[in-house]
Amino acid sequence: MKPRFAMYWAASCGGCEIAVLNIDERVLALDAAFDIAFWPAAMDAKYRDVEALEDGAIWVTLFNGGIRTDENEHMAHLLRRKSRLLVAFGSCANEGCIPGLANLSTRADLLRAAYDGPGSEHPGPARPQTAWDAAEGTLTLPALQPVLRTLDQVVEVDYHVPGCPPESHQIAAVLDLLIAVARGESEAPPKGAVLGAGASTVCDECPRSRDVKRIRALARIQQLPPLDANLCLLEQGLMCAGPATRGGCDARCPRVGAPCIGCYGAAPDVLDQGARLMSAIASVVDADDAEHIDRVLDGLPDPAGTFYRFGLARSLLRAHRAALAAEE
Amino acid sequence: MVQEKVGVYVCHCGSNIAGVVDVGDVARFAAEELKDRGVALARDYTFMCSVSGQDMIERDIRELGLTRVVVAACSPHLHEATFRGACARAGLNPYLSEMASIREHVAWVHRDPQAATAKAKAIVAGTVARVLRNEPLQAIEVPIDARTLVVGGGIAGIQAALEVAEAGYDVHLIEREPSLGGHMAQFDKTFPTLDCAACILTPKMAAAGAHPKIHLHTWSEVEKVEGQVGDYTVHVRRKPRYVDADVCTGCGICVEKCPVVVVDDTFEAGIGYRKAIYWPFAQAVPNLPVLDPATCTYFVGGKGGCRACEKFCPTVPNSIRFDQHEEPLTLRVGNIILATGFDLFDARRVAQYGYGRLANVFTSLELERMCSAAGPTGGKVVLRDGHTTPRSVGIVHCVGSRDRNYNRHCSAICCMQSLKTAHLIKERTGAEVYDFYIDMRSPGKEYDEFYQRVLDDGVHFIRGKVAEISDVPLDPGEEDGRLYVQVEDTLAGLRRRIPVDMVVLSAALEPRRDSAEVGRIFGIACSTRGWFIEKHAKLDPVATMTEGVFVAGCAQGPKDIPASVAQGAAAAARVLNHIRQGVLSLEPVRAGVLAERCSGCRLCNGLCPFNAIRFDAEHGVSEINAALCQGCGTCVAACPAGAIQGSGFSDAQLYAQIDGLLADLRRQPAEAT
Repeated sequence: MKPRFAMYWAASCGGCEIAVLNIDERVLALDAAFDIAFWPAAMDAKYRDVEALEDGAIWVTLFNGGIRTDENEHMAHLLRRKSRLLVAFGSCANEGCIPGLANLSTRADLLRAAYDGPGSEHPGPARPQTAWDAAEGTLTLPALQPVLRTLDQVVEVDYHVPGCPPESHQIAAVLDLLIAVARGESEAPPKGAVLGAGASTVCDECPRSRDVKRIRALARIQQLPPLDANLCLLEQGLMCAGPATRGGCDARCPRVGAPCIGCYGAAPDVLDQGARLMSAIASVVDADDAEHIDRVLDGLPDPAGTFYRFGLARSLLRAHRAALAAEE
Repeated sequence: MVQEKVGVYVCHCGSNIAGVVDVGDVARFAAEELKDRGVALARDYTFMCSVSGQDMIERDIRELGLTRVVVAACSPHLHEATFRGACARAGLNPYLSEMASIREHVAWVHRDPQAATAKAKAIVAGTVARVLRNEPLQAIEVPIDARTLVVGGGIAGIQAALEVAEAGYDVHLIEREPSLGGHMAQFDKTFPTLDCAACILTPKMAAAGAHPKIHLHTWSEVEKVEGQVGDYTVHVRRKPRYVDADVCTGCGICVEKCPVVVVDDTFEAGIGYRKAIYWPFAQAVPNLPVLDPATCTYFVGGKGGCRACEKFCPTVPNSIRFDQHEEPLTLRVGNIILATGFDLFDARRVAQYGYGRLANVFTSLELERMCSAAGPTGGKVVLRDGHTTPRSVGIVHCVGSRDRNYNRHCSAICCMQSLKTAHLIKERTGAEVYDFYIDMRSPGKEYDEFYQRVLDDGVHFIRGKVAEISDVPLDPGEEDGRLYVQVEDTLAGLRRRIPVDMVVLSAALEPRRDSAEVGRIFGIACSTRGWFIEKHAKLDPVATMTEGVFVAGCAQGPKDIPASVAQGAAAAARVLNHIRQGVLSLEPVRAGVLAERCSGCRLCNGLCPFNAIRFDAEHGVSEINAALCQGCGTCVAACPAGAIQGSGFSDAQLYAQIDGLLADLRRQPAEAT
């Protein structure tokens, strides 16, 4: 019998699932090598099917999405128990990603924005309930937790695959490696390894020419004149996260003139991508006086969302104090 | 991983620490509660830095096999070297020790013994966590080039150059002006002995000028410095003198024949004249005239100029060289002494004192030139009209010093200089002299005796800050043509207006206007005001945080001539120490690039204050020259890829230290918040 494969989504957009399918015909190799035990995006299955399996019965689970609800947490524990290898797949599972930015607000504020805000279809103070007695019986919904946590803040994780989403060629390489390991043709990488990514940062793969950096002003791309096609974007005044972002994507964004937004996360052994990037940018702001510094910073309308777009939930900050307090 | 054995030593520092912190409890905490975090033993002792304290550490390393040492005592600034030495003597790599500052960071800043003890424990716990991640490091060895650069040819620089040269080593002495001498050359007499400044300075200048080991580069400025202690490359800009130094005999005919006369606002402080080709002053070293292209008719006004100097020059070939240009000069040296001096405060800034507006208000420097027998008035003290002898003179202290509008510092020399001026005026004119002071500061050897002498001379001392100097008569009996000094006499408790013919302002000593730029060139720091910062205010006053760069004289802060001379000699002694060692061991706390992690983003390239970072374009990575790096950590913090690590300050060490520090706070989060 073939080893079992599972893929699951928690608090995520679904892009990681699409990215796996986007490896084209190579996905057939996956099917050839594994017995697909559980993959809600690709085939029908029930949680009880997973619960019925013996512990460790799944050889590998690719888990994408952060842990935001009780259901997410339940599934993280369940799949951990049932899987020999648990892979945090994609930015959400690894570092929280965009859903992690909600950690800047308390749960009450999030619900207020969603249910009382403009466009809400629920006039009056309506809130989702975790249990509702209806004629047919008690209906339940999973509870929203105080903050979003990354997968490894909840359960032990064996491997990490970064990216929002991971690049197709990297996914294919990771799957090839996992298949080879499953067949005993290759040695398993050390526990905790980051798979499908480079050892340096995006700049290492970026073809643009670079000089000594001195930032006199920052602006958004629509505010700048046409860009030089060959010069470092940061040196042209665009906030590019490439210097602080793990490589492996082949610098796809800066190659076509869009600044790196940091989706591959922190460089190897770096604890906090946002803090690193902030510290780096602050170091090269070449300002004449305090007002000039303010003007440069005005070019960054959303610093938290710029520096911590992907990494807030696993950063040193993690979340707003009030949200963290609710967690404790 | 080998089981590490950490020894923790808690110092009482007499009552300095033990007076506030329960040191016994801190040692007990380390021994008992940090046992499972690697602590093998903990002791407390009265003075860890004493010989017996150090012996204790050495014995424990030898007998108990300690592999790491934490000394909880004062700041590492003070005794890190002491305890590293103890470890090294016992055969432990000295960089496997750490200090926890529980004196400066705890005992000296807290009063509550309970809270202070808790904080001391947290700091010790953090330091234990850190030391476990220390790596054994090896000192970096650099050979020392025996040549020395001295920047600044005033008395401090001259003294430094002579000391090094007399020891037998080559010195390059750079001076921005056309002659050695600095400010001291402008003075008439020196306090308190009333020695003639020129008489004691001239032999020193001549000795420096003639010394075979001193290579004099006057009328020159340092543009750029590369390299590190032991091996500096210094780029110098030599300004054109328009006189061929190899041919000129210094006969002076050119100066005599030059028809252009201009105000000399450098040496003569604006009260004398010089020619367009001139000697900076009579005893100038080198004994060469210099031509000022801003006033010489050859360079201004077109038509080729008068060329009188060239026509009358008796040397063959002709010494006048109108075609001279700025020339670059490159020097290699091992050590640098900066003796760049001070600027005099511009007394015009204190508008109410009227300098520049009221003719008979003078600066102390103008008085110096006036008193000098070689000066513009031949030593006569006269009013601005050039001939009237004043019958009464006011001297104002602290002009631009000890005044929050200008400088908060005391310029250190003005009280004594004012007393000297009072004495000279009294001696030369017999005028009534009024001396307006805030506090009289005469703490040097024989200084207060000199004050007594001036008191005996009959100078009137008025304690109070002068409010205004005016030429407008106000009270009945006041007449036109005099100056009125408005002052609050704080001893008599009166407001007074004192009529005088002349006022002398004792102007402050200020940092050189370009000291920040000079500091940047040489890689050393200035205070916010602009004085160069010494390595330690008390124990290392002539060294700087940059190994191989020393400071002497007023560039470091206002001081008098004996102090400047002492610092010049002290800086020379430090340089000779380096030269005699031949090879210097440098602290191995350095930044290094992990090439495989470096993306070549070049963010760090412009950040190094010591120019230690170079970009290797071929391999697309940045590199750090370990000998140039001073371990400041700027690039480590800036590297977005985490590719630069500071040895001795790795991320692993720092995070462990933070975790250790907070470990016990986390157990009781409610109290912490």
